[in-house]
Amino acid sequence: MFRRFLLLFVSIITIYACSSSEEIAPIIADSFDRNALLENIADNIIIPAYEDFSGKMSALKSAGDSFSAAPNQTNLEALRASWFVAYKTWQHIEMFDIGKAEELQFKFYMNIYPVTVSDIEDNIANGSYDLDNVNNQDAQGFPALDYLIYGLADSDAAILEKYTTAENNDNYKNYLIAILNQMNTLTTSVVSDFKVQRNDFVISGDNTATSSVNKLINDYIFYYEKGLRANKFGIPAGIFSSTPLPGKVEGQYKNDVSRELALEALTAVQNMFEGKHYNASTTGASYKSYLIKLDRADIADVTASQFNTAATQIQTLTPSFAAQINTDNTAMTKAYDELQKAVVLLKVDMLQAFNVSIDYVDADGD
Amino acid sequence: MFMKRFKYNFKEQTNAAPLAIFRLFFGLMMFASIVRFWANGWIEKLYLLPKFHFSYYGFSWVKPIGDYTYLLFIICGASAIFVAIGYKYRIAIITFFLSFLYIELMDKTTYLNHYYFISIISFLLIFLPANAYFSLDAFVQKKQYKLIPKWTIDSIKLMLVIIYLTAGFVKLNSDWLFRAMPLKIWLPSKYDLPFIGENLMQQNWFHFAMSWSGMLYDLVIPFLLLYKRTRFVAFLFVVFFHVFTKVLFPIGMFPYIMIVSALIFFDATLHNKIINFIKKYITKSKKNLLIEPNFYFSKLKSKVILSLFAVFFAIQMLLPWRSLLYPGELFWTEEGYRFSWRVMLMEKAGSTNFKIVNLNSGASFRVNNTDFLTSFQEKQMSYQPDFILEYAHFLGDHFTKQGHKNVGVFATSYVALNGRLSTRFINEKVDLYQQKVSFAHKKWILPFQSKIKIKGI
Repeated sequence: MFRRFLLLFVSIITIYACSSSEEIAPIIADSFDRNALLENIADNIIIPAYEDFSGKMSALKSAGDSFSAAPNQTNLEALRASWFVAYKTWQHIEMFDIGKAEELQFKFYMNIYPVTVSDIEDNIANGSYDLDNVNNQDAQGFPALDYLIYGLADSDAAILEKYTTAENNDNYKNYLIAILNQMNTLTTSVVSDFKVQRNDFVISGDNTATSSVNKLINDYIFYYEKGLRANKFGIPAGIFSSTPLPGKVEGQYKNDVSRELALEALTAVQNMFEGKHYNASTTGASYKSYLIKLDRADIADVTASQFNTAATQIQTLTPSFAAQINTDNTAMTKAYDELQKAVVLLKVDMLQAFNVSIDYVDADGD
Repeated sequence: MFMKRFKYNFKEQTNAAPLAIFRLFFGLMMFASIVRFWANGWIEKLYLLPKFHFSYYGFSWVKPIGDYTYLLFIICGASAIFVAIGYKYRIAIITFFLSFLYIELMDKTTYLNHYYFISIISFLLIFLPANAYFSLDAFVQKKQYKLIPKWTIDSIKLMLVIIYLTAGFVKLNSDWLFRAMPLKIWLPSKYDLPFIGENLMQQNWFHFAMSWSGMLYDLVIPFLLLYKRTRFVAFLFVVFFHVFTKVLFPIGMFPYIMIVSALIFFDATLHNKIINFIKKYITKSKKNLLIEPNFYFSKLKSKVILSLFAVFFAIQMLLPWRSLLYPGELFWTEEGYRFSWRVMLMEKAGSTNFKIVNLNSGASFRVNNTDFLTSFQEKQMSYQPDFILEYAHFLGDHFTKQGHKNVGVFATSYVALNGRLSTRFINEKVDLYQQKVSFAHKKWILPFQSKIKIKGI
């Protein structure tokens, strides 16, 4: 009796399994090579972007040194140009909150905005400060430089005065140099460490909370949602507050660069999604190709086109987001809405397809 | 003749050992679960850190009690030990049932079918003479009973049968059987398992084989366990199935609890062997207890318990099907989804954000969910309508208290279900703050729009 039962049980399973696999052709023939994905991202995106940034960062530091040695209009212009070039490249690496960058809180020391002007001015007036202190994160980095080279006064002449004839002009110069040194040191440390850790990074393709691949995906989505969507658009446009806060745009003292920086950041997000090599047109293994491999080209296509829709909407804005918010904030919130749609696609659809857990709460399931 | 076979003899007596062993293992498992829960830091993470807790309808008064929550877990764990050794059994099992229930009611974010399973089994155990044999109570009273009413053991079997069969029936739907969802999403992501991760887990046929055999397992295993000649092999199936799910999914203690529970189907020979083994090697007790042959309930007591059980089992059989009373797609609305043994049927995720609007001026701002919810709570809230409504009310109250006037709460919500593209979930134009919390159908959930419908139970 029992044997017959068992036979029936096994044969039913076998029959169903076979017939169903005939009906629907195997979709996933083999698993996706996550190590190839990590390799592409490490070798063709992270490392070249890190190297490029590192070079621009040391150029920025030299421009700062020259300006500090001879604070004149020419050197100020050179410093400003160098600041913007580096700031744009920074948009390509802020999302990599991994390894040393995570350990040192790299992005918090490089790009917290808006800065707290009183903290900066107090530090300058005191002449002594600890830039490693977390309380000084909003008094350094690119936003602090923005203030020091554009925001100190209304005119260039008045700004130069702070570095030349003002009573504590040495303190201004010292602070500028201190910030640049800090940024450069952190950058060197992050970049060289990643190169050393590269092999460990590439082989860590398991589906665990601490593996490179899971952390990278989580960081990517977190950056898009927080660093790009909320910080650059949502917060200044007043999405999360009763009134708009135009003072919270990125690069507020230079004022007319917030759109360019935001578009650069979005390009970096798109390139990462498509696995596009840094500063090149070749593409390699990516989230997109992973989705396609999982037979979810639908998600890949919708996401890619949603990024484009968002970019198009952002291009209609004025170069200065602060000006845009003051004149017509609805265009700004519309850009936010388009960016938000991609958050859903990344966080809900893509994560579901990858089956990567979004948080690290390891509570039981059913 | 036919009727005779289905006639149940409530006067029949049976060996008490299976129930005693069930009590012992159940108590030990519960103790281990509590210790594990604590050791994982989940008491703090799930009950103490969150600023806001999601409540079951009518139980919003059950909340974590600060640091005393640890005391609650101590009470729960200690009573589990008392249950295991069968000391002051009645008080112990009542304490365990109440403290465990309280823990479960504190926050429905952590709802799991297997916690529900523990609650109802411990409820049943309150009324059963599980300390009649091989217990410290018997030792203290120097008297133990060899035989107990057969229906007491059968009631646990009946509960297990209901659970298995219901879990099997609800798998009879097109997503599970013909799309192999959600296993098709979950299994490939286990690529890092040794040996089978890179090949078997990635095969389409394997996803279907797992879906179908999972369904067949649930529907067939109760009968294989009940029928004496298939019982042993059925038990091997139980062990294999639950160990396999343990390897694949983060389901904690549940597989072990189910394996141990299935032992109740065996006859007393096995349980007596286990008892003799424990006596010989662990307790080393040589004291001979007076053995009374029969344990009986008083006539009144047995009448009361049996009527209570009749009601209880009627509820158990009907409750999982209450979802039929609601319109719309069950997996989408989740109205009647909980407490129905729908286990592992959905891979569902969402993104839900709230807008606080001044209904007079139209001015609005959006809420940052992380200001109020932990990431785990946010994840659960994002796709479950009753969570969304409760949270919307919390937000409305919170911002009204902060001095905002004419507060309206609106949700922008997208949900993806079993590998379909995400679509809008909640009607964005409905002020959720004005919607009452109740068991009535929630009209503000947008209809399930995917072209790939879900057919079946």
